[in-house]
Order: sequence, then C-alpha cells, then structure tokens
Amino acid sequence: MRYVKPESFEAAATLLRDETGISRILAGGTDVLVQLKAEMVEPDLMVDLKHLPGMREIVAEDGGFRIGAAVSGAQLGEHDAVKAMWPGVVEGVELIGSSQVQSRATMAGNLCTGSPAGDAVPAMVTAEAVARVQGPDGVRDVPVIDIPTGPGKNSLNKGEFITSIYLPARPAHAGDCYLRFIPRTEMDIAVSSAAVSLTLDEEGTVTDARIAIGAVAPTVRLVKDAGAALVGAKPDDAAIAAMVRAVEAACSPITDKRGTIEFRTKTAGVLAKRAALIAYGRAGGQL
Amino acid sequence: MKTIPVATTINGDETEFLCHADESLLDVLRDRLGLTGAKEGCGTGDCGACSVMMNGRLVCSCLVLGVETEGAEIETIEGMAKGDTLHPLQRVFLEEAALQCGICTPGILVAAKALLEKNPDPTDTEVRYWLAGNLCRCTGYDKIIKAVQTAAAEMRGA
Repeated sequence: MRYVKPESFEAAATLLRDETGISRILAGGTDVLVQLKAEMVEPDLMVDLKHLPGMREIVAEDGGFRIGAAVSGAQLGEHDAVKAMWPGVVEGVELIGSSQVQSRATMAGNLCTGSPAGDAVPAMVTAEAVARVQGPDGVRDVPVIDIPTGPGKNSLNKGEFITSIYLPARPAHAGDCYLRFIPRTEMDIAVSSAAVSLTLDEEGTVTDARIAIGAVAPTVRLVKDAGAALVGAKPDDAAIAAMVRAVEAACSPITDKRGTIEFRTKTAGVLAKRAALIAYGRAGGQL
Repeated sequence: MKTIPVATTINGDETEFLCHADESLLDVLRDRLGLTGAKEGCGTGDCGACSVMMNGRLVCSCLVLGVETEGAEIETIEGMAKGDTLHPLQRVFLEEAALQCGICTPGILVAAKALLEKNPDPTDTEVRYWLAGNLCRCTGYDKIIKAVQTAAAEMRGA
C-alpha cells in the first residue's frame, strides 16, 4: 500500500482517478482502518486528505456553516454556534461510537460509508445539507440525500471525494432533532432512527416539516408525506398520527439479529413522533 | 514493502521511526518503540485498550496509521507518571483495586485523564458514558468509576 498526502484537492482527485488498483480515502479512518485490519479490503493506495485547506475547519458561510470533511465529531460537538443552529445534526454525529471514535470520526465519512444506519445522516438530510464534491473535472455541490445509494455504496465517481458539508442557514422559529433506538444506552448501531426538522410561524403552526428515517430501508429516506402531514397545524394527536402512518408506510426494513421488520417499522414511527415533539419545542412551539 | 520515516513527539520526546504505510500507531508503539503500555484488545476500535492521546485528543492507536503521526504530539500511558510519582489516577486505581487482570487499565487511565482535563467534576453517568469505549471484563466497572471519582476529588483539591 502507498500512503500519499497530496498537495492539493486537484492533485488528490487526479491521483485517485488514475489509480488502477484499489484506493481508499483516509479522513477519520474509523471505518477504513477497521476494514484494513479485517482484511476486507487491501488498498493499493491510501490518500490522506486531512491536511488540505479547510478540511478541519468549521466556517460561517451565508448564515449557515461549512463543515470540513475531516472535522471530527468531538470538534463539531464543541462548536456552540453549530450546536445552537442544528442541534439534531450535532446530536446525531455525537452518537457515533466511543469518546475515542469521536476524536476521529467525521460526518462526511459516515455519509460516504453508506450504512443505512449511519447516525449522522438522517438529520443532515432533514437539514438539507449539501456536500461539496471535488473531482478530477472540478467541484460540484450534491444534496446529502443523493450521496448514499445502498448499503456500503455511494454515488461518487472515481476520483471524487467530499471536501466539506454545508449546513444552510435556518429560518426563525425552527428546530430539529435526531433519535435512534438501540437496545443498550451507548456504543451500538441504530435498529431504527428518525430525524425531524420543523419551521413554525409566529403562532406555532408548522409551515415546513422534513422527516427522515434510518435503518429501515437500504438508504436513509426522506419521507415527504410524513412532513406534509404536519404542515398547516400544530403537531396535535391527529397530525402526529397521520405523520406516523406515513413514516410506517415508507419503511421497508429487513429482519436481522438487531430487529425484525415489524419492530423496526413500529419504532421508526415512535421515534419520528418523539423527535417531532422535541423539534417543535426547540423551535419555540408550545402545545 | 518499503518503510517510511516519520518524525513525531512521544511523551515530550522527539521521536523518529520507520514504519510501513499500513502499520497502525499501536504496532509502531509496541513493536518498534518498545512502548508496550498500550494493549491490543480488538484492533478495531471497540475495546479502548490501546487508547493514547494524539494532538490533545483521545484516540484508539489501532485506528491511527503510524504514518499519520508525522509532526503530531502523542501521549501514552508511559508518560503519565512523573518519574517515580504516580499520577493520582494511577495511585487511586492501585489503592482502591480498580483493576484485576490489568489489560484494560492503561487505556482506562489515559481515557480517564482526558475526561478530567475536560471536566474536572463529572457525574458518575458522565464517567460511564465517557469510558463506554473502554471495555473491562473483570471489574464490572463499579470500582473503576469510584476510583475515577476519588482521584477527581483529590485533583480538584490539589
């Protein structure tokens, strides 16, 4: 294996495009180095990008924040302004792994690794976060939801990688939340999960709602029907019940050792309900 | 496979070593530098026995490549005592028998020290969550949590 620290994003993209063997990108390393150890992959080329400009920085931009692709969960969690604006995104990222893993793991890595259960992904989707992708032919911006395409798969082309993730500005009277179910209290993979982002008017009526669910389909899903069920009212029992029905209808999970189809579907609805009520409170709404 | 020269700082000492591109920091510490305090439990970041500090952050040294530590500041369990004087955490772990076989202990001490530098007065729950990535199959954790709290109280008073 060759280990390379390219001098620029362009050089990295060209290097990755021209590599004929197996290549991997090293940011946090918390998935890649585990795969290496398990001999699931034997890369010919390992490209370390952490030293490149902006990769470890959180920068205010147009009312939102641009998060470098190598910013760790711990670093993100220490950033009070991001936490205040997108608490659901930060709480999702902070659920990944142990204190040790938090020192290294990144939201971009969690996204690209393509796990349906990735804790950072649902709230990024409901935040309408945008990944900045560098490739051999230049830079493009891709909505986060379009990056994962299935378990372990993503839509990036050969030579492409994420350099940052943009969390947009959020309007007044808005709040988000991410919840997952695990059978213990820490250090586990979501059996199912839900993120909710709400915007309210002055009276507390929901004007915009986005709901995403994790670990209940091959990729994280944005459930537009579920969001629509909350718009135009306060999240009362009837609106919540309609939202939960839409969430359950959007689930197509598998049964495995961590949960059955029925259990995952049911808990996704429960989590969406709880997350919606927390997001509503964070947005300043009162029931 | 050819070896790569790496210059780093370990426990305050400038250190140079050669390693392969795919060699973990843990393997470098143990097999090339003779620093065998960090232990390999799982090798996949689950058990925390290999915990060290890298640039002020707690990491599993099995999930860091040796070549990534170029220019970095590494602190290991070997740097925790000052000469013959144990760190309060080390001493209290001995006094209160917060270990049995001892394999997890170096990682737990490094992790606990990192916690107390961030949060000198944690709750038991905060200690348990912070140490959730450090597995111990002997103690049942209670003595570890109590020892961390005893040392924390002593360090706050010091």
